[in-house]
Amino acid sequence: MNSSNDHYVAPYDDAVSFDELPDSAPSHKFRLSFTGWLGTIIVVFWTIVAVSGPFIAPFGENELPFPDAYSEFQAPQPGAWLGTDVSDRDILSRIMYGASRTMGISFLATVLAYMIGVVFGIGSAVSSPRVDMILSRINDAFLSLPTIMLGLVVVAAVGSSIPVLILTAGVIYASVIFRLSRSLGMEIKVMDFVEAAQARGEGRWWIITKEIWPNAAMPLLTDFGLRLIYVILFISSLSFLGLGVQPPQADWGSMVRENLGALQYGTSIIPVIAPALAIATLTVGINLIVDDVSAHSGGKLSNRL
Amino acid sequence: MATHLNPEKEKGDAALNKGDVALNDVTLNDVIFETRNLNINAVRGDGSELPIIKSVSFKVRRGEVVALIGESGSGKTTISLSALGYCKPGLKFAGGEALLLGQDVSRMATDDLRPIRGEKVAYLAQSAAATFNPSLRLNEQVTEAPVLHGSKTQAEANAKALELYKALELPSPETIGTRFPHQVSGGQLQRLMAAMALCGDPDLLVLDEPTTALDVTTQIEVLKAFKSVIKEEGAAAIYVTHDLAVVAQIADHIVVLYNGEVKEAGPVDVIINDPQHPYTKKLMNAIKPLPESGQGDDDTSDHLRDDAALKAISVSAGYGVGKDGKPAITVLRDVNVSIERGKTVGIIGESGCGKSTLARVFAGLLPPFEGELKLDGNPLAASLSDRSRDELRKVQFVYQMADTALNPKQRIKHILGRPAQFYGNANGLSVKDQVNKLLEMVELPVQFADRYPHELSGGQKQRVNLARALAANPEVVLCDEVTSALDTIVGANVIELLKRLRRETGVSFVFISHDLSTVASFADEIVVLYAGRVAEQGPVDKVLSPPYHPYTRLLISSVPEPRIGWLEEAVATDEAASGIAGNVELTSVGCPFVSRCPMAIDGVCDTQAPPRRTADQKHLIECHREINELV
Amino acid sequence: MFSLILKRLGVGLITVLAVSMIIFAGTKILPGDAAQIRLGQQATEANVAAMRERLGLDKPFIVQYANWLTNFAKGDLGVSLSSDVPITSLIGDRYKNTLFVSSLTALIGVPISLMLGIMAAMFPGSLYDRILTFVSVSLVAAPEFFTATLLVLLFVFALGIGNAVVVGSTENKGLFELIAHFALPITTLCFVIASQLIRMSRAAVLNVMSSPYIEMAVLKGIPRKRIIFRHALLNAIGPIVNVVALNLAYLVTGVIVVEVYFGYPGLATLIVQGVQTRDFVLIQGLGMIFCLTYVVLMLIADIAAYASNPRLRHPK
Repeated sequence: MNSSNDHYVAPYDDAVSFDELPDSAPSHKFRLSFTGWLGTIIVVFWTIVAVSGPFIAPFGENELPFPDAYSEFQAPQPGAWLGTDVSDRDILSRIMYGASRTMGISFLATVLAYMIGVVFGIGSAVSSPRVDMILSRINDAFLSLPTIMLGLVVVAAVGSSIPVLILTAGVIYASVIFRLSRSLGMEIKVMDFVEAAQARGEGRWWIITKEIWPNAAMPLLTDFGLRLIYVILFISSLSFLGLGVQPPQADWGSMVRENLGALQYGTSIIPVIAPALAIATLTVGINLIVDDVSAHSGGKLSNRL
Repeated sequence: MATHLNPEKEKGDAALNKGDVALNDVTLNDVIFETRNLNINAVRGDGSELPIIKSVSFKVRRGEVVALIGESGSGKTTISLSALGYCKPGLKFAGGEALLLGQDVSRMATDDLRPIRGEKVAYLAQSAAATFNPSLRLNEQVTEAPVLHGSKTQAEANAKALELYKALELPSPETIGTRFPHQVSGGQLQRLMAAMALCGDPDLLVLDEPTTALDVTTQIEVLKAFKSVIKEEGAAAIYVTHDLAVVAQIADHIVVLYNGEVKEAGPVDVIINDPQHPYTKKLMNAIKPLPESGQGDDDTSDHLRDDAALKAISVSAGYGVGKDGKPAITVLRDVNVSIERGKTVGIIGESGCGKSTLARVFAGLLPPFEGELKLDGNPLAASLSDRSRDELRKVQFVYQMADTALNPKQRIKHILGRPAQFYGNANGLSVKDQVNKLLEMVELPVQFADRYPHELSGGQKQRVNLARALAANPEVVLCDEVTSALDTIVGANVIELLKRLRRETGVSFVFISHDLSTVASFADEIVVLYAGRVAEQGPVDKVLSPPYHPYTRLLISSVPEPRIGWLEEAVATDEAASGIAGNVELTSVGCPFVSRCPMAIDGVCDTQAPPRRTADQKHLIECHREINELV
Repeated sequence: MFSLILKRLGVGLITVLAVSMIIFAGTKILPGDAAQIRLGQQATEANVAAMRERLGLDKPFIVQYANWLTNFAKGDLGVSLSSDVPITSLIGDRYKNTLFVSSLTALIGVPISLMLGIMAAMFPGSLYDRILTFVSVSLVAAPEFFTATLLVLLFVFALGIGNAVVVGSTENKGLFELIAHFALPITTLCFVIASQLIRMSRAAVLNVMSSPYIEMAVLKGIPRKRIIFRHALLNAIGPIVNVVALNLAYLVTGVIVVEVYFGYPGLATLIVQGVQTRDFVLIQGLGMIFCLTYVVLMLIADIAAYASNPRLRHPK
């Protein structure tokens, strides 16, 4: 090339029109990573145990596997594969019963929290500023209390039972969902397409159900796993403190508490480690899935913890 | 020419002849930066690669400004960043060379690139607001690169920075460096970024759309500063832009890019005056003609009726809640606009002048606190909630950003079908047929009905956005900067579409834009807003010819022309001298334009509201000067 | 900015009032009557009535609340229902113990976790980052008693150090003896806050690192160290202080389970006892102490967020 011939024209075909380039490459499909798969396997396993546990458990939750040879904290042996607990009950069976109780209570509480939180949160976002402010202030007061302390006060007041636990956890965690769905609602509410619907003359119901909700559903759903973890930890912690599920009913958190003596005597670690491990694997498994999903839906959701 | 030299040999020569200044100068004088068959790939989630930049070759010689021009997605920014040996996350160099002063920066390790970046080559980003660290004082950010590289002491760097602040005509150059980024204006920040880039005396400057986000008046100011500084510093530059008019002012060479390939390259006069490649021709054709009188369509009177379709009478509006029922911030003051049936009213002004506020008042989204609105001669309720469904139908609003204006979770058929269904069906068509008809009207394939907005390109989304307004079968469509976010060619096509729709449907348009050329080519009437007041209004031909309001004159003289030498002429005018550096400020006392006006009368313009003068039938100018003084 | 902080302080004060109301009302709906509980089942009607009058229980709810609040402000937390001892003397040493464990946890746990988190953010995607992320993801979701059990297994059973149960007196012990005595609860709490802190501080720094001005610093050829320590950290300090305060607030919750696990003589074990014995005067007092700590830490977190904003620090 020299300076007299500095003008370069690419070869072209007159038939080709130069259309607008596409905005972005099509998004690739979501695939679970290795840790995501691991999490899924763990969660599926525990779900199966929770659903079928009471039917396939070798013993009843308060049945003694060796009624003729009563002795606490028996070592694992044929007939009681994880040994026995402080009252000589079969640990494996109690874990299986506990699965349905711990997971069932947590799941129902989380669903309840979502129902309350989403209705009030999105409702607050689309309400008049005054209503919104009152609801938000009340919610802020709830949020500024440590959850376990609230739980303690409620349990102290009305005593502990499974419905009380579900209701307490549901209401306490509803405040978190309220804040999340309200901020989502606020974010979506000021989008142009919502204003366009308002300018069209659409009613509030249409705005909430057709414009805001479809856009808030997915972020809320990805948050569900995270909330479930916290509720499981909350319920288990209460049980561990002796204020949750009451004996003789089996529940993972209270199992740790009942058998804590095993650590002191040093006879066997299984009575404590088995239920603790059950909770840990379940929550870690959920978290692994949540992390994977949120990594794909832009920004690690669990960073918002 | 040196291009035939083997680069390895060239490097060796330079090394061998370190003492030989003459030979070194010959090599340096020639090519500063060159890409040879440069390829860059995007790495996708599954590890596969997609070519983004395909075998691009061009050169930048000392003292030369090379413009990379193309639409979004053409790869111009990616290519320009290769001069710094940098790829955005997710991209990688995939062959070819990027030679900066003979070194292939595309193959260098990050640590080896550090001494080169900021010293040999410097980068100016599109948004200065985002590229300055909000927590560090400006001077530290401007001077840190040369100081850290050891090429200057802090004192030398400070002296250089001061020199640059003066050359870039920044206010109070001695102290501006002690401020934080949020304490200076956008135009100033843009110039400070130039100082930051130039502080290390780089051989090559890379400028990535540095004026795109600015108002036309600010753009002139920044362009002027860039041009003189590049000249004085004797640097070479790569200038990335999509705006041919800007290119004509600043570039020596142009490289036209499309889809990561060079389509045409050559000296600026050849490309501007004699483009060869069809794509370049298409780009040139999309440039809007200058805002001169005599452009408006004359065949738009067929739909006229006795009453104006939409009318604003003495409307004042603002935001927030202040004392005695007035808003905390009053934006619009005493605005009168009448939109005749089948006609288009263009609303023009810089950002902050109240253009969008006026549209929101019409749409009922922002009830005015004074004045009234009329639809077809009947009073129209100020607030959305008080309007009947039929009134709502008649006035439709089109948002600037189709991305946020279309619900991402609804298919196109629902987005278009809902208003058609909601407002009732006048012509007996099924909703599906109406959707198809609307898609045809905006020249989109019928199959798009089943798609989601994110599956469409920017221009296509904007067409859907328009079609949604048309679905209501409206009388008036309010278009808020509908072409501003689009590429030149795409935007020009949308304007063509609007013209056709106006002709066929008899719909009236309110067309809001900061771009006078677009408004001039499309509107019948123009309203020039300044700081919420109507500075001038009237038929296009009248507004775009003398007598002018001083602000209109400033706007007209600020529209860049794709003509070499225009910038020098523009900055030489009186309007430019007094007006281009100012900011729009809302005021309740006097004429808001007083601080930027070359003809301001002391003691009058700053204390009294300007009178409304009639220059000609329907042509109004609000100014203290007599009409004959404004010619 | 000061007006903003003042405003936030005002909100904090209102929150404290709201919290006190929730706690007071919550414990008031308890079945049973304080006078009855204190005197026992055998007490006569007249005795109970006299006791009610002495305790002010015959007064209207709002008066009771006001009295309780003013007494609380004066440092009088009332008399325990179950043991007839003033709450303040019940708290005594236990308050010191809890404070000791919490502050040591903060002193050890916070700097280490911040260092780990910031380092992970400096090398995102590296093996170190991925391992640390995996470990903290796992720990953040694991219950405190699981972590505690693992540590007991490791230290007490495998290495033979420390005690599985912390009981006995803490008097006449040197600082190092105390630390050894409390090693396990402190380590457990460190793990509990570390997992959160690592993740959140990493996220805070990464968020800053992905901003355009960091890219600009890279394109200016600024050395890596300076990019991280001057450009990034300066902007990340606010979010990090926020994260630290939030996690110390979280510690308030964590300490309850850990104290009970190790049978540690602190405030948390006391409150659990209070719930079990339905001693709601005790719950009221301790609940307020915990909630106040929590509210103050949240307040610090918010003020840190304001202070980190250069727009607020250097107004136009």
